[in-house]
Amino acid sequence: MQQNGAQILISALEAQGVDTIFGYPGGAVLEIYDALKTSNIRHVLVRNEQGGAHAASGYARATGKVGVCLATSGPGATNLVTGIATANMDSVPLVAITGQVPRSMIGTDAFQEIDITGITSPITKHNYLVQNVEDLPRIIAEAFYIASTGRPGPVLIDIPRDVSQAKTEYVPVKEVDIRSYKPTVSGHMGMIKRAVKTIKASRKMVICVGGGVVASNSTAAVMKLAEMKNATVVSTMMGLSGYPDNDPRFLGMLGTYGNEGANLAVQDCDCLLALGMRFDDRVISTPGSFAPNAEIIHVDVDPAEIGKNVEINIPIVGDLRFVLDDLNAQLEKQDDMIVCENLYPQIPLPMSDGINVPWTMQLVESLVDKEKTIVTTDVGQHQVWTANSYRFTTPRKFISSGGLGTMGYGIPAAVGAQVACPDNLVIAVTGDGSFQMCMHELGTILEQELPIKIMVFNNNVLGMVRQLQYHYSGQRYSGVHFSKTVDFMMLAKAYGAAGYQITSKEEAPDILKEAFSNGRFSIIEIAIDPDDLCLPIVLGGHALDDMFLQPEE
Amino acid sequence: MKHKVAVLVENNPGVLAKVANLFSRRGYNIDSLVVSDTEDKSISRMTIVVDGDEKTVEQVTKQLHKLVDVIKVNDLTHDDTVCRQLLLVRVAADRETRGEIIQLMDIFRARIIDIGRRSLIIEATGDESKIEAILKSLQPFGIQEIVKTGISAMVRSPKEK
Repeated sequence: MQQNGAQILISALEAQGVDTIFGYPGGAVLEIYDALKTSNIRHVLVRNEQGGAHAASGYARATGKVGVCLATSGPGATNLVTGIATANMDSVPLVAITGQVPRSMIGTDAFQEIDITGITSPITKHNYLVQNVEDLPRIIAEAFYIASTGRPGPVLIDIPRDVSQAKTEYVPVKEVDIRSYKPTVSGHMGMIKRAVKTIKASRKMVICVGGGVVASNSTAAVMKLAEMKNATVVSTMMGLSGYPDNDPRFLGMLGTYGNEGANLAVQDCDCLLALGMRFDDRVISTPGSFAPNAEIIHVDVDPAEIGKNVEINIPIVGDLRFVLDDLNAQLEKQDDMIVCENLYPQIPLPMSDGINVPWTMQLVESLVDKEKTIVTTDVGQHQVWTANSYRFTTPRKFISSGGLGTMGYGIPAAVGAQVACPDNLVIAVTGDGSFQMCMHELGTILEQELPIKIMVFNNNVLGMVRQLQYHYSGQRYSGVHFSKTVDFMMLAKAYGAAGYQITSKEEAPDILKEAFSNGRFSIIEIAIDPDDLCLPIVLGGHALDDMFLQPEE
Repeated sequence: MKHKVAVLVENNPGVLAKVANLFSRRGYNIDSLVVSDTEDKSISRMTIVVDGDEKTVEQVTKQLHKLVDVIKVNDLTHDDTVCRQLLLVRVAADRETRGEIIQLMDIFRARIIDIGRRSLIIEATGDESKIEAILKSLQPFGIQEIVKTGISAMVRSPKEK
């Protein structure tokens, strides 16, 4: 039977097991929306394509499956760009589908024409401009394969309208074989043996968990290794939830906004096992000063990350799933392995007296079933505080924009997470700045009847930038104050949400309990002090153990 | 140091743009770039000369390899290779100097491919140092226009034992 390109696309998506698409229609995707109408795939109509890309990313991170977003040509496609870049930096498997003007009009500056494959080539793992309808099934299959294997990432497929209209026989693609794309799976045995030797002899070992541990579902294997060796464990922001935070070995996040104990441990250790991470500058602070006493073993599936920012003593390219099993199997055989005598100590997070984010997030933690609670955040002080105070114990329950630091990520990511996990409590933690970056998605939450809880910490300032101005601009605050306050309660009403305000510690438990159990979309506004700082912080040019701990009185 | 990197890529539309994009986005400098098809019509070969230290070039090759359309990347710098580039140069020449230029070019085994009333066009192939030497020898006569291709490189056949 002859089908048009749009129908073939939808059939191919169904064959990939896609159950949800986050999208926004338009002229160049008319046929695709027509085909979608008769499909079992759920279409979540977002309010801006950026929200669609973030929601697909939230969906992907909550489930481990590939997230799918759909947009029309031109502005629809360009609105996806921030979402695609966010997914690329955080290695999130995403397939973005865009409409394009008909092939005959490409290059003529036609209405709503944009070179989206050109624009997204630096921010996608790969992209396609579909030239023939016959290529569609192969391209869809390749796109999902590329997005989800090796180091995951976003893949964009640009489909000209006449390709969507063109008819042909749909021939499903069963197997993908791309000669130029063969991700490494198993680690090099010689390197693994060297790593075993180093680990065995270490007396002060630290394991650093990166986002790759979450992506590869390797939590159990990391725990096994940590227990065997009695190693201290720290995490990057992307790695949070990848190692249970209630284990006494775990010291939390390292880095410029990291936990004091974690940073001191990394700087002192004699062996650092870095798992699925990329030594971002927010993790290592000043190059050359990072983990000065450590033999660094770096395991990552992406060879280009090895030695990029930090000199590595033992590189292992491979999928953590396989490398960790090999490492553990080898380590178990060693009779003469030194087990670390002491763990590095936990150091509690400093907190201000009044109601503040860390205190509130610790309260939230005590009120929810953490195995069924997903916390998303936006970007800024509230993000750092949440990462440092809420103890994540279950993988994929923390969703935040790490690498790109995209304000406006948290609310649409919560949409994706809630759609993917309807039985979970989804809490979007945000600030009054980030909230307003993608607040159009409140409309999506309303329409889809998603019982998301938005906790907006309101200090009437762009707190993180203000803090940077505190440190670097001699407290000359510029462009960071909101001189008029948004009435978030009116906004809640407008979008059919239950509105709550918390102004003191005393009333917080009752209000949060009610908001979390009311079964509906809720906006909880918590007033906090704009002078609160994220502490400790490692300032530019300093090593991780040289932290700014307290403002001078 | 200059590195010669040979890159085999899928002969897909947009692949040159992706490779060029990668260089500009990561701040690597391309000295020259040659693209051509190969004995396999579905594969193109790029020979890229890139300036940078070992560490930079290692990153270049790794990042290139990450592009899905890239099949193989080889840094040929430390291999025994044959390198050639093509030079076309228009040099001022009148009846008095023409003979001298032709003699000179014979030494380099370069060819005169066009003669005008006041100029000649010379064609030469060779490695970088030979091309440089030719240009230097023509300098006194007045070089009017230079067109050069980038460097094409091929690894020498292994010696029979």
